[in-house]
Amino acid sequence: MTRTAPPQETAPEGATTSAALHTGTSNVRELLTRNLRQSGIYVAFVAIIALFAILTGGVSLSPINITNIILQYSYILVLAIGMVIVIIAGHIDLSVGSVVALTGAIAAVLVIQQGLPWWVGILAALAAGVVIGAWHGFWVAYVGIPAFIVTLAGMLLFRGLTQQVLGNISLSPFPSEYQLVATGFINGLLGGPGYDVFTLVVAAIGVVGYAVASYRTRLARITYQQPVESFPLFVARILLVGLVVMYFAWQIANARGLPVVLIILGALVLIYGVLTRRSVFGRQVYAIGGNLAAATLSGVKVRAVNFWIFVNMGVLAAIAGIIFSSRSNGAQPGAGNMFELDAIAAAFIGGAAVTGGVGTVVGAVVGGLIMAVMSNGMQLMGIEQPIQSVVKGIVLLLAVAFDIYNKRRAGSSR
Amino acid sequence: MDDYILEMRGITKTFPGVTALSDVNFAVRRGEIHAICGENGAGKSTLMKVLSGVHATGEYDGEIIYDGEPVRFSGIRDSENVGIVIIHQELALVPYLSIAENIFLGNERRGRSGLIDWNRTNAEAARLLAEVGLDENVVTPVGQLGVGKQQLVEIAKALSKDVRLLILDEPTAALNDNDSAHLLGLLRRLKERGITSIMISHKLNEIMSIADRTTILRDGRTVETIDMRDPDATQDRIIRGMVGRPIESFYPERESHPGEEVLRVEDWTVWHPTQDRKVVDGASFTVRAGEVVGIAGLMGAGRTELAMSIFGRSYGRNISGRLYVRGKPVKARTVAEAIEAGIAYATEDRKRYGLNLIDDVRHNVSAAGLRKLAKRGWVNGNEEIKVAEESRRSLNIKAPSVMSVVGKLSGGNQQKVVLSKWLFTDPDVLILDEPTRGIDVGAKYEIYQIINRLVAQGKAVLVISSELPELLGICDRIYTLSAGRITGEVPVAEATQENLMALMTMERESAA
Repeated sequence: MTRTAPPQETAPEGATTSAALHTGTSNVRELLTRNLRQSGIYVAFVAIIALFAILTGGVSLSPINITNIILQYSYILVLAIGMVIVIIAGHIDLSVGSVVALTGAIAAVLVIQQGLPWWVGILAALAAGVVIGAWHGFWVAYVGIPAFIVTLAGMLLFRGLTQQVLGNISLSPFPSEYQLVATGFINGLLGGPGYDVFTLVVAAIGVVGYAVASYRTRLARITYQQPVESFPLFVARILLVGLVVMYFAWQIANARGLPVVLIILGALVLIYGVLTRRSVFGRQVYAIGGNLAAATLSGVKVRAVNFWIFVNMGVLAAIAGIIFSSRSNGAQPGAGNMFELDAIAAAFIGGAAVTGGVGTVVGAVVGGLIMAVMSNGMQLMGIEQPIQSVVKGIVLLLAVAFDIYNKRRAGSSR
Repeated sequence: MDDYILEMRGITKTFPGVTALSDVNFAVRRGEIHAICGENGAGKSTLMKVLSGVHATGEYDGEIIYDGEPVRFSGIRDSENVGIVIIHQELALVPYLSIAENIFLGNERRGRSGLIDWNRTNAEAARLLAEVGLDENVVTPVGQLGVGKQQLVEIAKALSKDVRLLILDEPTAALNDNDSAHLLGLLRRLKERGITSIMISHKLNEIMSIADRTTILRDGRTVETIDMRDPDATQDRIIRGMVGRPIESFYPERESHPGEEVLRVEDWTVWHPTQDRKVVDGASFTVRAGEVVGIAGLMGAGRTELAMSIFGRSYGRNISGRLYVRGKPVKARTVAEAIEAGIAYATEDRKRYGLNLIDDVRHNVSAAGLRKLAKRGWVNGNEEIKVAEESRRSLNIKAPSVMSVVGKLSGGNQQKVVLSKWLFTDPDVLILDEPTRGIDVGAKYEIYQIINRLVAQGKAVLVISSELPELLGICDRIYTLSAGRITGEVPVAEATQENLMALMTMERESAA
């Protein structure tokens, strides 16, 4: 075998095209088509809000109603955050409804029956969430049973334990401190003539924070010569988000101020948004869901990651359980029934892929809000429960159909 | 006057933003074996999709004349009805169904009642298996067969549909030499029976030995169609046509300066994960710094199993033996520990085991070395982009940006992403399992250059390959593996395909 001179310099073609594409900015259309899966959900969200605003003659956008939507659906959104992480990793959790019931029941037994302080109930509920999550995680990660089966078993198991713990009766009422979690408001801290200034200040800080973070990301991208959206588009996006947030803040400020659950929810979205995108753990979740074998062979400790995904889901289910029991001011044996389906639907409507590897926390929350706005709007219109159920079912189906359609289109354009 | 079974005239097919085929003309004579070659992305697969009706009439410009008449296909069914059958590179068999069930899948042999006539199904399947020379029971589940035999089942399936024009997309890419030879022999027999074949292939020696004519595609255009009886029809001419420039050598030059020993494996034994047999049996070998060492073996010899068992015990059970990196004993019980110890393993099957195809270049490059980019569990995204950009430049990954989805890149570029991932972990020893499988000539050359650069930096490289000329072209030393045992160690200066093959087929003294 002879080794002779190498061929002429390779691939000038590749070099030129990449250099040309490299620093370019992308226009609106490119941005939309590239992120259709994500942007589609926001467009749908705005359309649904507008639709129900028209159908209810503006009632759905009234200050009181917006506050109500947040209070009424917060626990589904909390569950959706955990669920989307489970789904990204390629699993599912059918047990969260039962876990909501059990953690709420544990808190109720301790606080209402035993007369312990409210915070003991909350800590006990969270601890129960950790234990339940670890239980699921053990079977899924270390024994290797599909999560569908493990959590189906968990759904039966924890529902049964709930009934056992409560002696099959409802417990009520919680002391007022415990009720504040779901029904409390922070207002009046800065006063205000007819509206709550504090709420507006918090929202404004949020918007400025978002703008600053976006701008820094943009600068870094440019420094590293990555494609970014054009500057006017960038400003337009920030302004749009800012306007929408401030509008809703204004409405809330005109009602009863900043709900405690909204603060909890905001904190969770922020924490988990960053966790999924920026942490090693988050990235390993995507890697496992995208290609389990490749992740394993890249040194990802798949078992540990799967275990912690379920522990995390247990904790979030416990938080949802606390919020729900606080809102309903007690614990019932049948609490949280079918919540798992709402949370799963929220994740899928929010763009998570059935096959794993794709999905975002913000998407799941928006998916949950879409369902919330629809349910609430239909209630305002006096549409009966059965019809509501039909509509929600169809929306879920269409959302996933849209996802598959997108994928097929992406696949055929290779 | 030539008798053409198929003529494709002026075929142009565009996708949003890309012209995949541009005025391609392609004609196949009745009863010939016609090879198509071209680099990845040249448009071979798209052309075959147009022909088989995957891209329906109306989605492309140009016309298809089959058997002297213009045809319009709106799907695979239409093309199969006139006897055009395509066998894809990724086989489309159901592993849990029997050979007979797979052969007649979608084309079931039914009795009068409308239920499946199993006697007829199995009898006809047995007859078809005899035709393709496969000696297996027709009720055997396909999943129990090796790739070579599965390929034959696919051909039997095509024959069951009364195929007249058989299209094979890289039929031998996953086959060892024996199976390849068997398959090529079968194609010749089918030719004698009047069946025309179109074969897409990267293996030039195969094309030289079997094709009557060869059409070369480049950048979506036909370069030329060569009659292989022509004395000018050489491998060089085909390569020139494919890459648009002459390649004077397949293998870049390298000066060899082996240094100290980096990897030492002693008495390595691995048991099959479920069956009661040894897959690797007492293997011992070494790789030195600045050295490329090859492992040659037939399929089933235990090459991949050896490599994966070393790489954090990713394969097998009851693994015993000793492992040293730079003279220090290494446990490497998990992949993470293996990476920590300075070992990297780039898989032979990048799509299944190497890449997260739905994620972008950036995240794939950082996947194995993410901790190097992280502080207290938080990833530095900007640093990550920088790392990916450096890889993209230094390995010449042709992607619009590091945010491009890996699944959309060509095979060669995907392989470079896999290499980038492992280079980022900064390993002492790099195990490359079939590093150039399924990638085109130009990209192969680049991969060889990368390997040379690595050994020049003092890394130790272990290459597993089914292609002996490749091992002979890039290695310093070659170990041969047969039935899990190392049967020889040959310096490249003394190695020939013949003596390696003799060692690779050496029988074990005691039966398993």
